[in-house]
Parts: sequence; structure tokens; C-alpha cells
Amino acid sequence: MALDNSDIKRIAHLARIEISDAEADKTLTKLSGILTLIEQMQAVDTTGITPMSHSQDVVQRLRDDVVTAANQRETFQANSPAVENGLYLVPKVIE
Amino acid sequence: MINQSLKNLSQLLASKAVSSVEMTQTFLDRIRQYNPDINAYITVDEEKSLAQAKAADANIAAGTATTLTGIPFAQKDIFCAKDWKTTCGSKMLENFIAPYDAHVITQFNNVGAVNLGKTNMDEFAMGSSNETSYFGGVKNPWDLTRVPGGSSGGSAAAVAARLCAAATGTDTGGSIRQPASLCGFTGLKPTYGLVSRYGMIAFASSLDQAGPMAKSAEDCALMMNVMAGFDARDSTSLNHLKEDYTAQLNQPLAGLKVGLPKEYFADGLDGDVAKVIETAIAEYKKLGAEFVDISLPNASLSIPVYYVLAPAEASSNLSRYDGVRYGHRAEEYDDLMEMYMKSRAEGFGEEVKRRILIGTYVLSAGYYDAYYLKAQKIRHLIAEDFKAAFKQCDIIMGPTVPSTAFKTGEKTGDPIAMYLQDIYTIATNLAGLPGMSVPAGFSHDLPVGLQIIGNYFDEARMLNVAHAYQQVTDWHTAMPKGIA
Repeated sequence: MALDNSDIKRIAHLARIEISDAEADKTLTKLSGILTLIEQMQAVDTTGITPMSHSQDVVQRLRDDVVTAANQRETFQANSPAVENGLYLVPKVIE
Repeated sequence: MINQSLKNLSQLLASKAVSSVEMTQTFLDRIRQYNPDINAYITVDEEKSLAQAKAADANIAAGTATTLTGIPFAQKDIFCAKDWKTTCGSKMLENFIAPYDAHVITQFNNVGAVNLGKTNMDEFAMGSSNETSYFGGVKNPWDLTRVPGGSSGGSAAAVAARLCAAATGTDTGGSIRQPASLCGFTGLKPTYGLVSRYGMIAFASSLDQAGPMAKSAEDCALMMNVMAGFDARDSTSLNHLKEDYTAQLNQPLAGLKVGLPKEYFADGLDGDVAKVIETAIAEYKKLGAEFVDISLPNASLSIPVYYVLAPAEASSNLSRYDGVRYGHRAEEYDDLMEMYMKSRAEGFGEEVKRRILIGTYVLSAGYYDAYYLKAQKIRHLIAEDFKAAFKQCDIIMGPTVPSTAFKTGEKTGDPIAMYLQDIYTIATNLAGLPGMSVPAGFSHDLPVGLQIIGNYFDEARMLNVAHAYQQVTDWHTAMPKGIA
């Protein structure tokens, strides 16, 4: 299906990526090309075929509900752009 | 020393002819000399590497060393290595210091190997030329005007230019094998689930797999002995019995049945590359292999299927980069939404954004069945093609890439031309099968790789098939001119 500029902006918003009008135009051309490539799939009859995500017959493993890793809050938070008193700082979301 | 096999390097260390500190320093000196031109490494930390080398020397002196103790390896910058900057080739993670080790890094640390540095790569492993790296492209040591391939382009150039004893890579659609072909060395993508993905920065989780990039099949086997193994921290890790991948290296090939998929020799394959592959096939016939024609009828759908599944999984995986817990955060924003939107717009490069957008689109309301589910069904058909093929043969062979290394900038404007680099490699990722690229000769002075695809868990046999070839040919020992 053909995309237009407003579709690109909607998708970019869903992906939480800011996009200018000029970028949206450029992206539209490239994305349309890729979607045309993807459309080749629709010619294949997949009736009765099960979808595959892992080649081996595996099931989700379960483990006992016990603590397995040590608390490393400070180490992990060292990579954060903004922390205070062990908390991650973000712009105010509740008035 | 730089052109020696891992086995020989190990003997040099064991006999104390060379210390690990000396060996590590030799490679660090080469990195200093060549890296400014080649750009294979993003991060080098001589102090850290030499500290590991000293510890290795102590192990060797104490008699507690194993085969890879003290040998310096380059690690793709997709693997978290504790206290090392780990960027994944992205501005998003430009200042990210990994707080823990990836399983692969732990495995190398456990045997006392030396981490020589973190290698350049396409941003978040999305690319086939290393040109999407935020830290600049990598030059192909065989011709500095050409790309090394990608996404493991830095590891590839480091192996080719002998800036490490060997390197690690990851392969989602061909990212170990395509650069191995373009840079003329041996690379193996194992069966999906054999090497843990823990601490390996995620791109497309159902396809991502780590593997060795080295000068020979024997070197790859020694590395597989360290890298493979069950890890409970990766939910898709397979509880497969631990193998010795060197055990079958010297088996004779007489009676080996090799399948040649007609789809891998069709239009689109460069004539000179085809000739190199035909010569390699003739060599295998001399070794006693028998060839049968096979067909992978759905192979041509690999690229469309991949460009649904990989971006879909990437858009989900990369949603974690929100500028809150780690990664780039924009300087100015008015509210939380704007902070997300700006941080991600600034932190990701063009190709990564493109893939996130495709992924977001194919997963968006109303399109899931038409795209993601449809792609997973065709993925099943592709896997069934291989299953049928392996009833007729033990091993599949063909070209790794349709052509040799291309010029820097040649394909950057055309994503689809770039995607076609992986036309012969993607199907194995989709099926979860192991694949290798082995140097098989040259076309106009540029390396050509022979692809070897095996059945699930058949890495030992594939390594045997590659090793036998490397006993009667010397393509894998060739070094780029200007690299002495």
C-alpha cells in the first residue's frame, strides 16, 4: 500500500522519533522502496503454515523465584544522564 | 608472529618464547600504526589489555593456562565488557560504560584471553559496509578505497590487517560471513542458540548470533570451544551438549555429499566470483566430495522476509533507548515526550531510524498479520527448504556474497542495493542454521569467500570441511599488500 507524508509522521511519532518535513519527504521515498520489496511476500500462499520464531522445538524455561543478581544501583545509574538520590530524573509528568 | 595460527601463538606462550605482554604489545603497536588509516577499533585501552596480559603470564608461569590464555582478541563493540566503553557504533551509546560483561566476554576472560579493544561496526549492526557507524567507516585492508563489509567491519579489518590474533563478530543477516568474504578470512555464524546473547546489544533477537572471525577454520574451532555453551541468562540459549570443535578437523572428506543450490548460482552472481567458487568446488572434488544439485525454492524471499522481521524486532529492542537510564539525552526539551523524541532523533543515525520506522509500521495496528505473521510463516517455508535439502546432502556450498568489496560510498544512497549484499547469507539466519565463509581466491586482487552451510549443530563437520580445504590451499594465509 502507498504511504504518504502524514503516514511517515504518524509512524515516527509512534516510534518516538522527531522528524522534520524535509526528513519525512526523504524517508517516504526510501521507505516506499523497501515496502515494495516487502510486498513480494504477499504472492506466497501460506495457508496452513505455522509461523516460526525459533528453529528448535523449545519452550520457555522457568526458574525458581529467588534472587540471583546483586544490587548494583550505583553502577547502573552511573550511565544515566540525570539521577538524584538514587532516582532517575525526567521532566515533570504530573502537575 | 602476526600471521601465526592460534595454536602456534599458544605454543609460543606455553614455551615462554614470547610472553603475553610482549604479544599483546606487538598487536597494540600495530593498532597504533595502522588504526588511524583503517579505523578498525573504536576503543583501545592499552593499560587494561596489558593488565590482562600480565595476569595471563602469571597463569602461564603457574601452569594453569589453557589454549587461549594470553592470546589477544578483538571484541566487536556490540559486546558489553565491564568498565569498557561499549558504543554499538552509535552516538546513542557514545559514552556508555558497560556495567557488566557479556557472556561471550566472560567466556574469554575465564580462559585468560586478552581483550585488545572494541571494534568498529555498523550502528546497532545495521549495515553491510560499516558506513553507518557513528565513529566513521572502516577501510578494507585489501584496498583502502573499499568497504570491509558489515556489520562486523571493524573486526573484519582487524583480522585481515593482523591487528589482532582473531576477533569476535555477530551475524543477524550475514554480518560475520559477508565481511569475512570481503576481507578474505574465515568466519562462522553458529546455529542460533549455541552462543549466548547475554550482554550482546540486541538488534533482531530471533536472528542475532555471535561467532568467531579468524584466519583459519582451526582458529575458529578453538574459539568455538570457548564461546559456545548453555547460558540460562539468554532465554533462547540451547542446552546443547558441550563439544570439542577441533575433534573432527582432520577427518577425510571422501564421500561427503555437498549440495549446490541452483538459486545461489543464478542471475546476480558476478561472473568472476562464480569462477572462483567453481575452482573451489573442483578442489573439493579432488578431496573426494560428491556434488548434488539442490533447490531452495523460497530463498528469493529471504530479503523481503528479513526486512520485516529484523526491523520489527529492532523497533521493539531499540525502544529501550529513551534517554532516561542510559544513552544520549537531548540538551533542550519542554516535556517528557519531547525529551524522548529529540533524544532518539539525535542519538540514532539515518539507517537505524529507517529500520525503526519500518519495524514500527509493520507492527502497527492492523498490519501485524499481513507483515510480521506472514514473514514468520514464509520463514518456516525457508527452513523447510533447507530441511528437504539436507535429506540429499551433508553440507551446502555456494558463494557468500554475489560480488567482491565495493567502493566506499557506492551504495550508501540506495538501501536496497546494500540489502542485496546479504542475499546468500540471510536464509541461514532465518532458518537458524550455521554458516561459514572461507577464503577461496581472488577476483581482481579482491578476496572471494566460499560459503559453507551446515545442518543444525553441525559446526564441527563444517569446520572439518573448511579445514581440509585449507590444508590443500593457501588463500587463507594471504595478507593484504602494505600490511607487513
